[in-house]
Amino acid sequence: MHSPIQPYNLVLRIAAKMLIPLILMFALYVQFHGEAGPGGGFQAGVIFAAAFILYALVFGMGAARAVAPAPLLRVLAALGVLLYCGVGLAAIFAGGNFLDYDVLARDGVSGQHLGIFLVELGIGITVASVMITIFFAFAERGVTR
Amino acid sequence: MVLLGFLTVTVLSVVFLRDLFAIVMLFGIYSFLAAALFVTLDAVDVAFTEAAVGAGISTFLMLATLALTSRREKTLPDRPLVPLLVIGVVAAALVYGTLDMPHFSDPHAPAHTRSAPYYIESTAREIGVPNIVTAVLASYRGYDTLGELIVIFTAGIGVIALIGYRKRGGDS
Repeated sequence: MHSPIQPYNLVLRIAAKMLIPLILMFALYVQFHGEAGPGGGFQAGVIFAAAFILYALVFGMGAARAVAPAPLLRVLAALGVLLYCGVGLAAIFAGGNFLDYDVLARDGVSGQHLGIFLVELGIGITVASVMITIFFAFAERGVTR
Repeated sequence: MVLLGFLTVTVLSVVFLRDLFAIVMLFGIYSFLAAALFVTLDAVDVAFTEAAVGAGISTFLMLATLALTSRREKTLPDRPLVPLLVIGVVAAALVYGTLDMPHFSDPHAPAHTRSAPYYIESTAREIGVPNIVTAVLASYRGYDTLGELIVIFTAGIGVIALIGYRKRGGDS
């Protein structure tokens, strides 16, 4: 797990290249289709992170770090929580209670749609960044030891 | 029933094995069986989470932990009688607690008579999303979900604080 797999391992690299876009697409589908089918921000975030972990396993930590730098991940992890709380505060400023999405749009149902969408987006962003951060922390610890 | 039997077998092998690598693999199988069990109970959202988080990410994180530590479990030299006694008492208390619980799929259980009918009846009118689980998680129980999200965020902060910052050559 510590060292990137050797460059001559062609089948693994090609298979990973084909799989990673599909995993990312599936994560986005789970994220934005969570209102209608099974799924939501938590599952989407984990699947999204799984794509990055696969990338890091096959192409090495350096390449994965270049795609997802640590400062960016930390900012994103906080941003998701802020987005969730921000939706709650926006509902207060719009005249409702905390996390009362009814007041976010002209009528209650579309306000609920908007609120759920934003909240799930916040969940997805935070879960994905935290999972990738935790994986990188473990993996780099192994490299530097 | 078959799935529950498999679950029991998996747990028993986890208890008796000493090879941590095999135990991690068995935990992955356990999560997968649990996910299959949730599907048969028509709880696809829970099954999805169990498959993605339990069988996927947590198996992987445990493997990463094993790579940092040791693969073999340390065996205790003496017979741990006091821990066994504590576990026995706690297990007996837990089993005693389940005696008061409503029976499986009892239609008169409080969970089925108070809030669940309200969610089922009013989700389509108030929220307008087809998936009631999403409506409950993100809207009716928004506070709870916010708390869960903050737990995950805190876990990330904890990992960064413990092992994330290792200066090597100027790069964190």
